[in-house]
Amino acid sequence: MSLVVPDGTGIDLATVVPASGGPGEVHWSHRHLLDLDVVAWPEIELVMRTTDAMREVLARPIAKVPALRGIGVTILFYEASTRTRVSFEVAAKNLSADVVNIAAASSSVAKGESLVDTIRTVEALGADMIVMRHATSGAPYLAAEHFGGSILNGGDGWHAHPSQALLDLYTIREHLPGGPDLRGRKVVILGDVLHSRVARSNVWSLTAAGADLWLCGPATLLRGFERWASTSGDMPGHGRFTVTSDLAAALRDADVVMALRIQRERMSGGLLPSLREYAARFGLTLDRLDLARPDVLIMHPGPMNEGVEIAPEVAVDPRSVITDQVTNGVAVRMALLYLLAGAAGKPRSTSGG
Amino acid sequence: MTGRLIMTADEIRRATVRISHEIVEKQAGTAGLALVGIQRRGVPLAHRIAEAIAEHEAVELPVGALDITFYRDDLSLIAQQPLVKGTDLPFDLNGATVVLVDDVLYTGRTIRAAMDALVDFGRPQAIRLAVLIDRGHRELPIRADHVGKNVPTSREEIVRVHLLETDGEDGVDIERVVGVVAEPIAG
Repeated sequence: MSLVVPDGTGIDLATVVPASGGPGEVHWSHRHLLDLDVVAWPEIELVMRTTDAMREVLARPIAKVPALRGIGVTILFYEASTRTRVSFEVAAKNLSADVVNIAAASSSVAKGESLVDTIRTVEALGADMIVMRHATSGAPYLAAEHFGGSILNGGDGWHAHPSQALLDLYTIREHLPGGPDLRGRKVVILGDVLHSRVARSNVWSLTAAGADLWLCGPATLLRGFERWASTSGDMPGHGRFTVTSDLAAALRDADVVMALRIQRERMSGGLLPSLREYAARFGLTLDRLDLARPDVLIMHPGPMNEGVEIAPEVAVDPRSVITDQVTNGVAVRMALLYLLAGAAGKPRSTSGG
Repeated sequence: MTGRLIMTADEIRRATVRISHEIVEKQAGTAGLALVGIQRRGVPLAHRIAEAIAEHEAVELPVGALDITFYRDDLSLIAQQPLVKGTDLPFDLNGATVVLVDDVLYTGRTIRAAMDALVDFGRPQAIRLAVLIDRGHRELPIRADHVGKNVPTSREEIVRVHLLETDGEDGVDIERVVGVVAEPIAG
């Protein structure tokens, strides 16, 4: 058995916590959450378990705990967002953090302040954690180099959206008929994969979970992914990873189908002939879903273009878990804020607490 | 167990049964009573006390589990976030007499956190405290109503409660530890 200090909240003994935790105990080891490529499966499972605890908190009459009291969380969004921004804000408030919301359009960014300057300013104003969204892929990595606290990537360009991928995984595990084990289960990500940070982050977590992952869409919107799939033997988890434009092959016997938003704002250079043609060839309709397993889970990261990538009746089908994704977003983000707060370069006390 | 044995399995059993009688005696019955074990070893202890009460009073008391992690006052001091073990309070706390159960009472900070957590769920009529071991060194004005065994200790000593449910055996041992790597978390 492990050595345990009785009455845990008093850290009177000169407590030294091993960096890796005791045997069998997984601890979160990352100061920032930029993408899931560096997050190992046991840590992803830790996020899932911590999310369970946060769901219990959310079900309480007073859905608020003091875990992040005194921690400053700044939400810095350079791109439009409703669900991600609001759910991070609600999550931080549920943990009693001090939340500051900055919309870049109405801040000094509009006067030409650089990203690095903004990060330094936000730090000087007391932020311990920054939740950041930026249209440029990699921007949070630059921010992390100049910030003393933790950066949570709330979506950067086409690159990554780790909290979305984790809430997708949590929602799948919660609803998947036959239990949460994704090994060998067929998960299809359908649509504008090229521009999708959601898809890219999901590739890491779903292959780590051992899923049989299929990416499907018009060939112009899959560029670069074939090569990634061909190297998937090197990825953690060794889930299968297939890239195809054959919609029928992708949907056949699928356990989960996730439709991606056609990102009109990023569409240029003749990637698609027209939205109507896209809807006709790749739109997720009830007819097409007949190819999948009868109990298939239908997902969408939102916001939806109904009638384009997903038919309205599919979005509200009983098999759709799209609103569960939004609900779980708050709990997953509470878990992430809580876990990161523990790794955010806190002062270590060796004397009595 | 590597330290000096200060409580055997039989002694734990007798102390648990005695506490179960004391709880009922103090309440003058079992009306309104609920037991809440503090994660982790308080939870099996609460169930044992409930079983003892069921035996001599023929009443099944509601038993809950309380995780105080989110209420700790040292979250900003310790290097890594403690693992959350989960809260489950499947009854209404409003108006109930809640007996908090924990394995070791030491600084009192766990109990402070537990009371903060409890009142977020409702307004109990009263909160009482039952512990298997009181080892002294309180840092807060907190006192147990029911104590299995008072053990004078020094701060350099560590008291370990082992329970069948969590550790595979029953027993309490004490050991002097200086500079030993220790987890900051206990029940």
